[in-house]
Amino acid sequence: MAVALTPGPPSAPSDDRPRTIVTSVSHADRIFRFLMRAAGLAVLLITGLILVFLVLRSLSAFRAVGLHFFTTSTWFINTNQFGIAAILPLGVLIAVIALIIAVPVGLATALFISEYAPPRLRRSLIAVIDLMAAIPSIIVALFALYFVMPRLLGTTAWLSHHLGFIPVFHNPLPNAPASYVGSTFIAGVMVSVMVIPIITSLSRQVFSQAPQGEREAAYALGSTKWGMIRTVVLPYGRAGVIGASMLGLGRALGETIVVSFILTPVYTFGWHVLESGGNSVTYMIANYVLDAGSKGISALFAAGLILFAMTLVVNTIAAIIINRSRSGATASAD
Amino acid sequence: MVTQDARPAAATGTTPEGTATAPASTQAAESKVRIVRVSLEGTATLCGAAVGALALVWVLYERVLPFSGVLGFWLCWYVVFLLFYASMARMQWDRRDVVNRVTTVAFAAAGAVVLLLVFSTDLYTLVRGAASVVHLNTWVQSLAFAGPNSPLNVGGVAHAIVGTLEQIMIATVLAVPLAVSTAVFLSEVGGALARPVRIIVEAMTALPDIIAGLFVYALFILTLGMQKSGLAAALALTVTMMPIIARASEVVLRLVPGTLREASYALGSSQWRTVWNVVLPTARPGLATAVVLGMARGIGETAPVLIVAGMTKEFNFNPVSGPQISLPLFIWNYVHIEGVTPQYIARGFGAGVALVLVVLGLFTLARKLGGAAPGELTKRQRRQLARQGARV
Repeated sequence: MAVALTPGPPSAPSDDRPRTIVTSVSHADRIFRFLMRAAGLAVLLITGLILVFLVLRSLSAFRAVGLHFFTTSTWFINTNQFGIAAILPLGVLIAVIALIIAVPVGLATALFISEYAPPRLRRSLIAVIDLMAAIPSIIVALFALYFVMPRLLGTTAWLSHHLGFIPVFHNPLPNAPASYVGSTFIAGVMVSVMVIPIITSLSRQVFSQAPQGEREAAYALGSTKWGMIRTVVLPYGRAGVIGASMLGLGRALGETIVVSFILTPVYTFGWHVLESGGNSVTYMIANYVLDAGSKGISALFAAGLILFAMTLVVNTIAAIIINRSRSGATASAD
Repeated sequence: MVTQDARPAAATGTTPEGTATAPASTQAAESKVRIVRVSLEGTATLCGAAVGALALVWVLYERVLPFSGVLGFWLCWYVVFLLFYASMARMQWDRRDVVNRVTTVAFAAAGAVVLLLVFSTDLYTLVRGAASVVHLNTWVQSLAFAGPNSPLNVGGVAHAIVGTLEQIMIATVLAVPLAVSTAVFLSEVGGALARPVRIIVEAMTALPDIIAGLFVYALFILTLGMQKSGLAAALALTVTMMPIIARASEVVLRLVPGTLREASYALGSSQWRTVWNVVLPTARPGLATAVVLGMARGIGETAPVLIVAGMTKEFNFNPVSGPQISLPLFIWNYVHIEGVTPQYIARGFGAGVALVLVVLGLFTLARKLGGAAPGELTKRQRRQLARQGARV
């Protein structure tokens, strides 16, 4: 800090009190700090503004249907029968499927990068994960729709045929190929592609900070590499992994484009993830906001508000956990 | 697929006990100790398991059981491969060692799958888009005179490229000062406000993209009466890019050694002088990387702009008035909304090629800029310093 040290009043040599340090901050510094603080406040302000304007714009929808907004599944604007009772849980289902895939794959990749990869390969792998985070979601959506979905249909049909006795994998029309297209499961699989880089890069950062001394101690006690990871790296990184997964959940809940390309929209909630049809708040907004009337727009704003509030809570808890697990001085840049 | 999975595992996964000294340790006192050794048994077990699993799965999957689907095939292969590998390893080594080997292979496979995903996603777009981008008109014409069934040698995506470039420029100009100031606030000024700001910035990095578009739509278009335009799209992009750049910049600024700051204070400079003349220049390569990565993220965002940018088939060089389309929005519109003709889909993939190339270009630039750690000089800077030294 800009500290002009001026010695405090001279004290008697026998007296061991700490001297008082008087700091004087120059005008330029005061302005500088004010500006920087304003920038920091601006972030809070933007978040607050988003909330305020979503609330303002959704008021008329809430006025029209009240709390039925949370219990109605259908989306009929003109007859005041619209709500998120089906849309929101269907979107959450996609996010959960995405996480079921992305968490193990992301953690395994993070462990591979931080523990197994030779140093030279490590740098390029970190770059690849950064690149994965930068791949536009629309490119992933093209890849999902035209490449992955046709090749995944056989697998989902097989799952439904042979594991259909498990309610989640049940498909009422198991022999119609079209009944597997655009399902929640496929959407979840492709959303995981957007979530893997977040989980990988955050948990890799935590893993790489596991203390070297304890690693060596584990080896010295005769541990194998996996034993060392299990007893040192994973416990050390637990909080970071939880935070990363939650941030991944927030990302998955907000994924718009991939979901829009794949899903066939439905308005009833069901657990049959292999069955054609799904929905999410993001899907509704992206596909209907441009054609909606003023009441329809307000309804979509209301849905957006719920989504925003939900992800903000999830992400904030995640960020708190991540910040607690990451001690300030040792954060790594790459 | 076999080699993709097996190679990284073979390179790292074949240390029976984790350590094995090189036999040549008697030669000189300072000979290097090789920690990782590739043994014949390890490699042979791995390859054997891979080939055996492939053969078994092929017979079962393709001949005996009524399965179908390429991805299912490789999934089954992987499961069978792990089982084979575990049991073959169990015949030779003790349980602890087997677990170690199997986890190594599993982690390496996850890394390989992620690599494969990244490259296949980009590569698929490049391959599918080739039909459209080989025509020069794709790069110089707009879609003004092309209908749904026009052949690919009429019309192009140039108007979307113009929109993308203008929007990302505006968004960068707006987002970078705010983001870097926020980062400076978090790492240099601090205080009671820093913690909530840091947490909100982190939370905002994973915010639903579409919410940024909704926000701009609500504030600037519905409330302030702005038109749908490139500027509105740029504002939405600013909201999405700002937290990403701020978070990455803060991490970079924290890496600046504290001793440099103390040296600056000891020379009597004030805080803002220290930040301006010491901290920011030291972190310059990292900051550049953060900014360019943020741009790469912003350029591919579709959801924020799709509500507020508007749709047009024509060139619009003016971001302030009139609808302005961008590359992601072009793909969204012609593949998802109007994806009725093969020509439109081919054009969408053509725009995808342009988008992938821009992102890859920015990404390479980011890596080039950010190669150096804070304070480390580039070759050119070192030459410059040497010249100055020689002159003095």
